[in-house]
Amino acid sequence: MGDFTMPSLGADMKEGILVAWRVKAGDRVKHGDIIAEVETDKGLFEVEIFETGVVDQILAQPGREKIPVGTVLATIRAEGAKAKAPAAAAEKGAGKKVKASPAARKRAADLGIDLGTLQGSGPQGAVSLADVERAGGGKKEKKAAAEPEAEKTPAEFQAGMRRAIAAAMSRSNREIPHYYLETDIDMSRALAWLKEENGKRPIRERLLPAVLLVKAVAKALEKVPELNGHWVDDRLRLKKEMHIGFAVALRGGGLITPALHHAERKSPDQLMAALGDLIARTRSGKLRASEMTDATITVTSLGDLGVRTVYGVIYPPQVALVGFGRITDRPWAEKGMLGTRPVLTATLAADHRATDGHHGARFLEALTRALEEPETL
Amino acid sequence: MTEEEIRETIAATLARIAPEADLDEIDPGQNMREELDIDSYDFLNFLIGLNEKLGVEVPEEDYEKLISLNDLLRYLKARVKK
Repeated sequence: MGDFTMPSLGADMKEGILVAWRVKAGDRVKHGDIIAEVETDKGLFEVEIFETGVVDQILAQPGREKIPVGTVLATIRAEGAKAKAPAAAAEKGAGKKVKASPAARKRAADLGIDLGTLQGSGPQGAVSLADVERAGGGKKEKKAAAEPEAEKTPAEFQAGMRRAIAAAMSRSNREIPHYYLETDIDMSRALAWLKEENGKRPIRERLLPAVLLVKAVAKALEKVPELNGHWVDDRLRLKKEMHIGFAVALRGGGLITPALHHAERKSPDQLMAALGDLIARTRSGKLRASEMTDATITVTSLGDLGVRTVYGVIYPPQVALVGFGRITDRPWAEKGMLGTRPVLTATLAADHRATDGHHGARFLEALTRALEEPETL
Repeated sequence: MTEEEIRETIAATLARIAPEADLDEIDPGQNMREELDIDSYDFLNFLIGLNEKLGVEVPEEDYEKLISLNDLLRYLKARVKK
């Protein structure tokens, strides 16, 4: 009925390590169940399945071997469908039965390439030696790819994290023509609302300003949906759901931007609970795969560190990033009178392939309005 | 509760939030959040943890009084039930 493959958990991921299965052949699974744990350069993630059925065959065994994205790890059949006979000889580290010439098989093993990921050009789609050489890009034998990896030390984890960030950010810088817009927002009403709300609450139920910022971004996206989506195959694919990637700095270094699902549907209280849960799981390495891939826009707030303006780098395939600095008292003129207000600088980094400055300006205007009317959030 | 016991409670609460942080290594008169690299989410959890252990609920308007470790020790000592 369907294949469960090594997922791509971000623009930076090409391969992952299958650390554990949470299911076995014959188990019933439903949409959203966590069925495996996969390790990438950014850590360990729980991987969900997005179909309902029965695990038919487990085709890859947990280990330390790096498995290319897209490799079939298990097959799922519809409930009631007949189970297939166990695979006689699955490809090493992969599940797909692939037609290939013996020379192609040997060369693929030498290069650490999974045959299941290749498009065969031989008879009946068989993978030929030439297909493998093309996929290898002329690379030499890569023993490391086939050798099991030992557990990572903290230094190795950091090196992997930097590599992952480098890959995603370099791609962004290479492919995305960024444009930047910024605006100053008077936060006096938002902070007064927050103070009044928090004054009524026990400490466990208090809200952080970040919650209002995320909610205001979701509100502004309702007005300017063009910034909520992915740029794929040379066109903008708008997303209805507002899954806001929230940048979380890891203690010890590194950054992960997991998705806060459905920010548009959540009240500030629900958002606070979801944000707390997400930050805690990000820092303890318990994120789910969907949280690594679903974000439709990113929010990064560096206000805690005293930064005034954030010029962000968009995380592909998203098309926008909203940056927030620190709320500080600044001179503010209104109706001819000069005073001081708590002011926040909000910055939009947007992909000029997907939108123009006009969209960006409308977004920042809507964001300002939302924060000036906090009771509507 | 002695000041030393309050200090130990602070250290134990902090260890859950910032495991690598060492209270002995920070200047007790300096900005604690900056010294320990604690963001607003961590700080809120830190205060929730202290509330659970010491029974002191810090109102939001008092956050600005709690800049250094010495500030926090003084604040808690004045409010912890004997």
